[in-house]
Amino acid sequence: MIRVELPSHLRTLAHIAGEVQLEVEGPATQRLVLNALEARYPVLQGTIRDHVTQQRRPFVRFFANAEDLSHESPDAPLPEAVASGAEPLLIVGAIAGG
Amino acid sequence: MSGVRVLVGTRKGAFVLTADGKRDKWDVSGPHFAGWEIYHVKGSPADPNRLYASQSTGWSGQVIERSNDGGKTWEPVGNKFVYDGVPGTHQWYDGTPHPWEFKRVWHLEPSLTDPDTVYAGVEDAALFRSTDAGATWQELAGLRGHGSGPHWQPGAGGMCLHTILLDPGGNGRISIAISAAGAFRSDDSGATWQPINRGLRSQYIPDPAAEVGHCVHHMAMHPSRPNVLFMQKHWDVMRSDDGGDSWQEVSGNLPTDFGFVIDVHAHEPETIFVVPIKSDSEHFPPEGKLRVYRSRTGGNEWEPLTKGLPQSDCYVNVLRDAMAVDSLDKCGVYFGTTGGQVYASADAGDSWAPIVRDLPAVLSVEVQTLP
Repeated sequence: MIRVELPSHLRTLAHIAGEVQLEVEGPATQRLVLNALEARYPVLQGTIRDHVTQQRRPFVRFFANAEDLSHESPDAPLPEAVASGAEPLLIVGAIAGG
Repeated sequence: MSGVRVLVGTRKGAFVLTADGKRDKWDVSGPHFAGWEIYHVKGSPADPNRLYASQSTGWSGQVIERSNDGGKTWEPVGNKFVYDGVPGTHQWYDGTPHPWEFKRVWHLEPSLTDPDTVYAGVEDAALFRSTDAGATWQELAGLRGHGSGPHWQPGAGGMCLHTILLDPGGNGRISIAISAAGAFRSDDSGATWQPINRGLRSQYIPDPAAEVGHCVHHMAMHPSRPNVLFMQKHWDVMRSDDGGDSWQEVSGNLPTDFGFVIDVHAHEPETIFVVPIKSDSEHFPPEGKLRVYRSRTGGNEWEPLTKGLPQSDCYVNVLRDAMAVDSLDKCGVYFGTTGGQVYASADAGDSWAPIVRDLPAVLSVEVQTLP
């Protein structure tokens, strides 16, 4: 079981209260977690990563266990703490804008 | 009793303002989509309960929202805007080629006859259409593909397709405008396009009379005379009496011919409204006086409308999609400012009062006249 925390404006958009818990087949990666997240909440498609290129949107960052995973390969295994559900994958909107 | 519903898009959410036909007491609903930029909200002429809203942020990109109950509730629909084929390049600010990149939807124009059909004008400039109530979007690629696309260049606000005028005659004519490329027209429901910029002159481009490259800020049309188009350009107020084939300047005695909005009286096709703005860098009303100018002669002869509007120390702007009219008698006129005020006139501009004063910066104003 993977735990995911979303920024508040995306929780509002997808009508999510609190943390999301997802089951991912095989080794957990950013790509597989996002696939599972978007499958459950299709409204999030295009809001975290580009529809076509699947690249992370520039002002979105991924953190877990106090570690910045934003520049990791989307196919790299997530840290064990995330894969085991001990720690959530944090999807964060950059502190920017007005 | 008839009434009006004013749909306001702002930098931090949407607001729905409603009143009965007297238009003196207003109910304010919102913010809807709080914290998101709402570039545009518009209702379907075929079903006034069907609304579409363009919602975006720099963090999470584009979302399209749809309401089936006049804005009481909303649901997100499709947000996948993918250019047809290989997008190619347009010009960047410095004249170098720059790849087409989707950024946001500036304007949503529902079909005049089908509530499930809606057009979207986007940045980087292109026209999309949905025929399934916003679930999926297809580009009308003939616009970008007609030949001049590689020469289009962004205006200061981005390379946006901001105006979509649908001819009510059922002839498939669509006129659009792009900043800073100019105006374009299709006579076959969007399949093929031609520039319609003859008569425009823009001193700030290498060839002031070029076929494309003009910074058109907005266009307006009265449905009873679709061949007559009015335009507020970066500088110059223009009119065309032949569907855009040729344009004449009608700035006349305006204090400045720069501005963003332009609209037409609901019952008098020769009565038009603009809000002159001081250019180029200041972008606020001349002399700190917020004045709507009205021409009852289709341009050239303009009168300032000031009653109820601030006539000192006013330094707001009125952006291109932030004026609309209702079709009650007398015609109501509405506009929103970057200072968060939405002003209404229930007497065709003779007098004004704010409906609200302290919204986030207003990006767009549309009005529905309800039975």
